[in-house]
Amino acid sequence: MASHSENHYFVPHGSIYPALISVGLLSMASGFVFNVTGSDTRLDGSIKNPALSYLATPGKYMMYLGLAIILTMMFKWLSTVVTESITGQYKKWEDKSFRIGMIVFICSEVAFFAAFFGALFYMRVLSVPDLASYAPDITPYKDFLSAWPSQGPGGTVLGEAYKPNPEFHPMSWSGLPLINTLLLLSSGATITWAHWGLIKNNRKQLIIGLFLTIALGVTFLCCQAAEYHHAYTEMGLTLKSGAYGATFFMLTGFHGFHVTIGTLMLIVIWLRSIKGHFTPEHHFGFEGVAWYWHFVDVVWLGLYIFVYML
Amino acid sequence: MSTTTVAHHDEHHDDHPTGIMRWLTTTNHKDIGTMYLTFSLVMFLVGGSMILGIRAELFKPGLQLMNPEFFNQLIGVHALIMIFAALMPAATGFANWMLPLQIGAPDMALPRLNNWGFWILPPSAILLTLPFTLALFGVGDGALATGWTFYPPLSVQGGIGVDFAIFAVHLLGISSVLGSINIIVTIYNMRAPGMTLMKMPMFAWGWLITAFLLIATIPVLAGAVTMLLTDRHFGTHFFDAAGGGDPIMFQHLFWFFGHPEVYILLLPVWGFIPQILQTFSRKPMYGYKAQVYSLWSIGALAVVVWAHHFFTAGMPVPALLYFMYSTMAISLPLAVLFYCWIRTMWKGSMSFETPMLFTVGWIILFGIGGLTGLVLADVAADAQYHNSYFVVAHFHYTLFAGGIMGIMAGVYYWLPKMTGHMYNEKLGKTHFWLTAISFNVTFIPQFFVGLAGMPRRIPDYALQFAEFNMISTVGAFVLGLSQLLFVYIILSCVKGGKKATDNVWEGAQGLEWTLPSPPPYHSFTEQPVVK
Repeated sequence: MASHSENHYFVPHGSIYPALISVGLLSMASGFVFNVTGSDTRLDGSIKNPALSYLATPGKYMMYLGLAIILTMMFKWLSTVVTESITGQYKKWEDKSFRIGMIVFICSEVAFFAAFFGALFYMRVLSVPDLASYAPDITPYKDFLSAWPSQGPGGTVLGEAYKPNPEFHPMSWSGLPLINTLLLLSSGATITWAHWGLIKNNRKQLIIGLFLTIALGVTFLCCQAAEYHHAYTEMGLTLKSGAYGATFFMLTGFHGFHVTIGTLMLIVIWLRSIKGHFTPEHHFGFEGVAWYWHFVDVVWLGLYIFVYML
Repeated sequence: MSTTTVAHHDEHHDDHPTGIMRWLTTTNHKDIGTMYLTFSLVMFLVGGSMILGIRAELFKPGLQLMNPEFFNQLIGVHALIMIFAALMPAATGFANWMLPLQIGAPDMALPRLNNWGFWILPPSAILLTLPFTLALFGVGDGALATGWTFYPPLSVQGGIGVDFAIFAVHLLGISSVLGSINIIVTIYNMRAPGMTLMKMPMFAWGWLITAFLLIATIPVLAGAVTMLLTDRHFGTHFFDAAGGGDPIMFQHLFWFFGHPEVYILLLPVWGFIPQILQTFSRKPMYGYKAQVYSLWSIGALAVVVWAHHFFTAGMPVPALLYFMYSTMAISLPLAVLFYCWIRTMWKGSMSFETPMLFTVGWIILFGIGGLTGLVLADVAADAQYHNSYFVVAHFHYTLFAGGIMGIMAGVYYWLPKMTGHMYNEKLGKTHFWLTAISFNVTFIPQFFVGLAGMPRRIPDYALQFAEFNMISTVGAFVLGLSQLLFVYIILSCVKGGKKATDNVWEGAQGLEWTLPSPPPYHSFTEQPVVK
């Protein structure tokens, strides 16, 4: 049997942060519900529930409070973990746990995006063609043609008239989206270059590589913001633009959210690299973020093919 | 199954806080397991009392006690609580308590994450039930009234309760994903040296496949309810034909999660049931490999059969046929499992302590649940049975008998190990007979009223169903009240009772029975070697 120290798994001491994050989640979730209940508007801009509109403001503050609690507690929790890591509590055995855990977590993220890709395929392949395929004498959607991109045939939604926007343009695959693809693909290369630097113990290469990756990520987010602005102001393409608008903004929006999280994670490991936390043998923190970044990259490729190009 | 050398010291005394802070901050798998199991028991009683309200209303035709909206709210919240807050936490509680003991691990692999996974549950239970309280203060019109399935357009039109339920489901989903990550990592990385995958206890196999199913499907549910949220408040048209969407798409997304969820609830039980059977038959488990492969095939089939939940909603004939045949294919590996369970008992020197009683009762009742499921999987027959009480009876045979009675078997089996005391055997047997009989009194009549055409989720019904509903309600109240006996047995077992031996049961095998009862706070700080 192995000696005690090699055979000893590090079971961390207790921590109040997880329970407090849950309090933050409760506050944020219920605040969100109060806020949307109070501030929900109809298509014409009037408040849906005037009797409950007083809930909007307290709801908003509950959300902010919850978010602040979550962020603070996550910061403290992760700081504890970093301290444990640099004081050498995590050895090979613990390291393997983190690796398997991160892989499984990324699999669950894949399943989350799969739901939205599934919705996109379902609408394109099934529901939009179905709506256009009724016999002419019974169809309520007389002039509706089955084509993608589609804003749907229009009709009444919960007692309000919804009409497709005649000024609507779908997002083109060239221009900003193409630039964004190149940005993210290059960022995948720079983070791998940084990883090579880390393995060779070349800290300069590591730090520069990470900095470039962060810069590419931030540029991507700026381009996406510009793209959204363009869509809303000049293309008549909004979240409310039927099937295309919903899938376009939900898919690219959740992806953008993941890029934001990934960039924050990159900034953290960049600062940790500058402080010299990683060694060629011991750098799960770096690899976990790198895997996540590659995952975000691959999701973008799926998006680019199925949302923008096809 | 395997011989072991055990070395466990209790040399490790971290100072951990006492009182409430112990439970809020704990990273110990036994503490967390205890919290999961306690939470599950409390929510089981909460969800159960809701349905007693429903059964009281259905005692006779006409509207007596509540308005239809409140009736619908009770039904939906009952289901969500029983599935997400009673059954799933019970299975996770067992995983926390028993997996590290069974595979010889010092603890779960990611202890703080483990703690977080539990502490997300109370907030989500609050979110689920808060709308009832808010309605008393004039805010909103109560909890979600769509049933647990959230079908649009009803859920898009519904009030504040739907929003709360959406976020409750989000939090429950996060909790399940965290729990699954932890269990997968623990099983792959924390097994004692020499314990290969094919030497693992069946419970570990059951949970491993459960965890994979959760990782694959819970995020899809999260995506589906997120689309619902944006349809409700941000003007998307996922589930609305006017924008090119389709309400039936929600049913596809929901049941892509919802059908595997059935196996998520049952696979952990299928894991420990064979262990109980081999203990009380004093024989090795029959067909270990066959069982493992059956569990895998059920896990794989679980994600490709979802549309049998809404055959009548409309889909092309080839799709109907595909979903019918693939659903029926699940009965093949399940038949292998049944065969192995029965064969484990065959010619064994069996004894019938409470866990074994529950297990044998479980096999019979869950068998009825499975066979009626085969009937529902038939497209032509389903047109008649869909949305009737037949379905209600069917899934209570699978989820109450197959799920909760299985969990109860596990509770009686492991309670002496966890507490160090024997429970009161006489009361335990009484609890079994009360539960088994009143369960059948409750649900057998529902098969008949269902076949005769009584629709589910309606507070009023035609006069010809009156007698059977009356019988069903009487059964339900006996069933509900006998669970108070269950609570009493558990509490008195925790407090004291005859000292349990380390091995507890004569024929018990596995690493957990090599530890003292109760096991020390930190067990297996040095891993045993499995040969």
